[in-house]
Amino acid sequence: MTSDLDAAERLSSAPTEDGDTGGEVGIGVVGWLRWMWRQLTSMRTALILLFLLSLAAIPGSLVPQISASPTKVAAFVANHHTLAPIYQKLGLFHVYSSFWFSAIYLLLFISLAGCIVPRTWQFVGVLRAQPPAAPKHLVRLPVYASWRSRGSGSDSNAGAGAERTLDAAEALLRKRRFRVARDGDAITSEKGYLREVGNLLFHISLFGMLIAFAVGKLFGGMGTVLLIEGKGFSNNVSQYDDFMPSTFYTADSLDPFGFKLDRFEATYQTTGDQLGTARTFQANVSYWTGSDASTAKKATIRVNDPLTVDGSNVYLTAHGYAPVFKVTDAKGNVVFDGPTPCLPQDGNITSVCAIKVNDGYVDNNGTATQIGISGIFTPTAATDASVKKLGPHSIFPDLADPKIYLTAYHGDLGNNSGAPQSIYQLDTKHMAQYKFADGTPLTLPLAPNQGFKLPSGGTVTFTGIQQWANFTVAHNPGTGWALTSSMLAVLGLIGSLFVQRRRIWVRAVTSPDGTTTVELAGLARSESARIAEELAELALELQDTAPADVEADAEPIEESAVQEPSADDDKVAAGPTTTTTTKE
Amino acid sequence: MRILAEAAIDTRFANISNVLIYSAMAVFLFAFLAYAAEWTFGGRSRVARQSAALAGRGSLAETVAEAEAEATKAGQAPTVAVTVTRAGGGTTTLTRTVAAKAGKVDVVTRGDAAPPVDGVGASGGDEGADRLGRIAVSLTTLAALLDLCAVITRGISAHRPPWGNLYEFTCAMTVVAALLFVGLLTAGKDVRWMGLPVTLGAVLGLGIAVAVFYTDSEQLVPALHSYWLWIHVSGAMVCGGALYAGAVAAVLFYAKDVYEQRKGQELIKGGWWSDVFDRLPAAATLDKWSYRINAFVFPLWTFTIIAGAIWAEAAWGHYWEWDPTETWAFITWVAYACYLHARATAGWKGRKAAVLAFVAFACYLFNAYGVSIFINGKHSYAGV
Repeated sequence: MTSDLDAAERLSSAPTEDGDTGGEVGIGVVGWLRWMWRQLTSMRTALILLFLLSLAAIPGSLVPQISASPTKVAAFVANHHTLAPIYQKLGLFHVYSSFWFSAIYLLLFISLAGCIVPRTWQFVGVLRAQPPAAPKHLVRLPVYASWRSRGSGSDSNAGAGAERTLDAAEALLRKRRFRVARDGDAITSEKGYLREVGNLLFHISLFGMLIAFAVGKLFGGMGTVLLIEGKGFSNNVSQYDDFMPSTFYTADSLDPFGFKLDRFEATYQTTGDQLGTARTFQANVSYWTGSDASTAKKATIRVNDPLTVDGSNVYLTAHGYAPVFKVTDAKGNVVFDGPTPCLPQDGNITSVCAIKVNDGYVDNNGTATQIGISGIFTPTAATDASVKKLGPHSIFPDLADPKIYLTAYHGDLGNNSGAPQSIYQLDTKHMAQYKFADGTPLTLPLAPNQGFKLPSGGTVTFTGIQQWANFTVAHNPGTGWALTSSMLAVLGLIGSLFVQRRRIWVRAVTSPDGTTTVELAGLARSESARIAEELAELALELQDTAPADVEADAEPIEESAVQEPSADDDKVAAGPTTTTTTKE
Repeated sequence: MRILAEAAIDTRFANISNVLIYSAMAVFLFAFLAYAAEWTFGGRSRVARQSAALAGRGSLAETVAEAEAEATKAGQAPTVAVTVTRAGGGTTTLTRTVAAKAGKVDVVTRGDAAPPVDGVGASGGDEGADRLGRIAVSLTTLAALLDLCAVITRGISAHRPPWGNLYEFTCAMTVVAALLFVGLLTAGKDVRWMGLPVTLGAVLGLGIAVAVFYTDSEQLVPALHSYWLWIHVSGAMVCGGALYAGAVAAVLFYAKDVYEQRKGQELIKGGWWSDVFDRLPAAATLDKWSYRINAFVFPLWTFTIIAGAIWAEAAWGHYWEWDPTETWAFITWVAYACYLHARATAGWKGRKAAVLAFVAFACYLFNAYGVSIFINGKHSYAGV
């Protein structure tokens, strides 16, 4: 009804809900655009987009993702001939960079910007202006109190009582850290601006997080490298096993540094039902910046404790064993001597390995051939009976009784076909398996320092075991920004959820007979019941200046309360005559 | 080489912890039964409840007189007394009375909607039922303390935070939920209606933990050797315990809101369920509880995710990689954000928002349990 009341009650600058704006149809392209913009920036659309965002994130947790595990994706594609192409088309293997996921969050952020920018300007306006003027009829506000006071008695000057009361109220409100302004015969005050500050801060911080995330994706990159104990690495693309660049992080962007794996240490649970569970992993390394390895410093890299060199972090991501083999050919020449990293298959580090002797091997006929030996390595071998039943497997991840179960091939390793090969597996398509004299395949277990003679004259000796560790070298720009904005977002959330914005008005009018009528009114969001207490405390504190010492008009309270307008009528019904009860 | 493997597990404390868990479970069960008995026997005492209801509907003058008596009792001391005055037609005026020098000043609150009229509570005003309820509260407190001690002794036995696997996480979460409930009661909040679902949740949680997730007290896998375990996992746990209470309030709100509407349309004939619903707090009160708890937890959940991201940055090389657990934490976060926005959006307030709160909690549960069990991600520390 009264516009001043409406203005005063507009405590939140939340977007208004005008769902149906069909009236604008037919006013041209600009009208349509405006309509669409209004739809996009409405709370309802934001809500739907939020909902869609959470739905859209689900498939990424159920379908294997290229970013997390390319091998799982490959396995899925191999096993699902009908589904895989559909998934591929829908981008389900890279959900979080798919067009539909991006569309949802970009629309959400546009919607957010459309909401936040006007709200920020509006809030700046609020801060620059005085608190809104007191409504004419304070009695209509949700929380209200009033009483009449004779004043201190000696003061005969009409109006002075009102002035003094207003001065006192102003001082009290200021003490309560309200923003106060004088408005004629009333005080108008407001508090809790931090709610809107927090709200805006939270939503703006979300933009900060988005930008930091984008920076990380555009300017960050990572690579992985497997190092056997004693081996070194220097940071350039050729030394990586796998290098994942980004738009602005390429081979040229790599910081010059290097490190060497001196020793890898692991401990495992030796008792109880978690037998074999890893307890510590640590890689002792020496690292250097630049290209001069002689300036190396010692460091330890643990799972939660990466090494930071220049702008890159080095993480320990995996480990395993690398049995050392020596292979001689029929003439007794050493054609292979070194560690071969094996790929762990289970928690007890049963691992598969492939030893590939590419060249140099000459058999007893004098012909050169390639030798491939595939093996299953077990740091602690299971009993023979168990191996017979389940195949070679390890029963404990540490080196208690290491064994390797080998089988050997000769022929063409297939290295020259151009197709990428796994270093852990043999391609036996063009190879023949060595057999014992009785025709059974040559397979046998070896313990360290054991060996065997190949039928073609060479020897294979299992000379020892080293460990390897896998490292991820990551360059993550924008991490600090992401952290800062997310912390600001939490601060903003706390402000926007826990601070209550409220207004209090005080009006004091002295009538010619010398009595002062004091009216208090308060307005707050419905979540807060504290406004009534606050008003009550203020009324109490005002008693010193303007004691309630005039009897109220004898009016039946029942009637006034019963006449109380109900919720919906609140703004249209005429206010009750009074809600004051002042008694001796 | 085996430094940590030899860092002995104090099996004495581990055993004490196990015994305490079983004891806590038993006491929670008794508490649950006592709450159930309170609801049952409270329902029988129609007379008591009717008189209570009559008192509530008593004439305004009477209530005002009571308020005045209270103010008088307070004497001239500057106090703020609060009285609820219920007028005809269902509107309630909340009056705060300020005892002034020469009388009193009433601060009158008129809500935007008819202020809620809460039910009389589980006991229905019956003394015997009320005694049962008090016994239930004492038992809940005892069980919560036993549960707390179980978690602490578990931590002592392994010299580490006692939430390194799903078993410990679940146990600790029941402690949080129970302590939150007891804490609210201690703070003088009228939340005894929450006792039944909280103890039920605690019994189920501990039962599932013991039966499905149990693992012996052991050292942690290397991935968990970080002080972030204190921060990130305890954050998730506190959120879980509190969000359970928030979800319970949301579900009860939904049911009570439906009930109130049907009662308004005079579709309710009475009977046992109607009797129970009448004793529950008003739908608006339940909604307020649901909002308060969920809104309180939301910043904490945000912080938990951030703490996890910081940890991930240190452990895995990137702060966010859409690991399944990260993804579901994000989904949960967005679902709660939906709830908070829905509550401020016309057409989504009320029941729809309550459904969102429930769905969001389901997301949380799926994240904590479903992902650990069914989806293989980097967060595979469940020990199951």
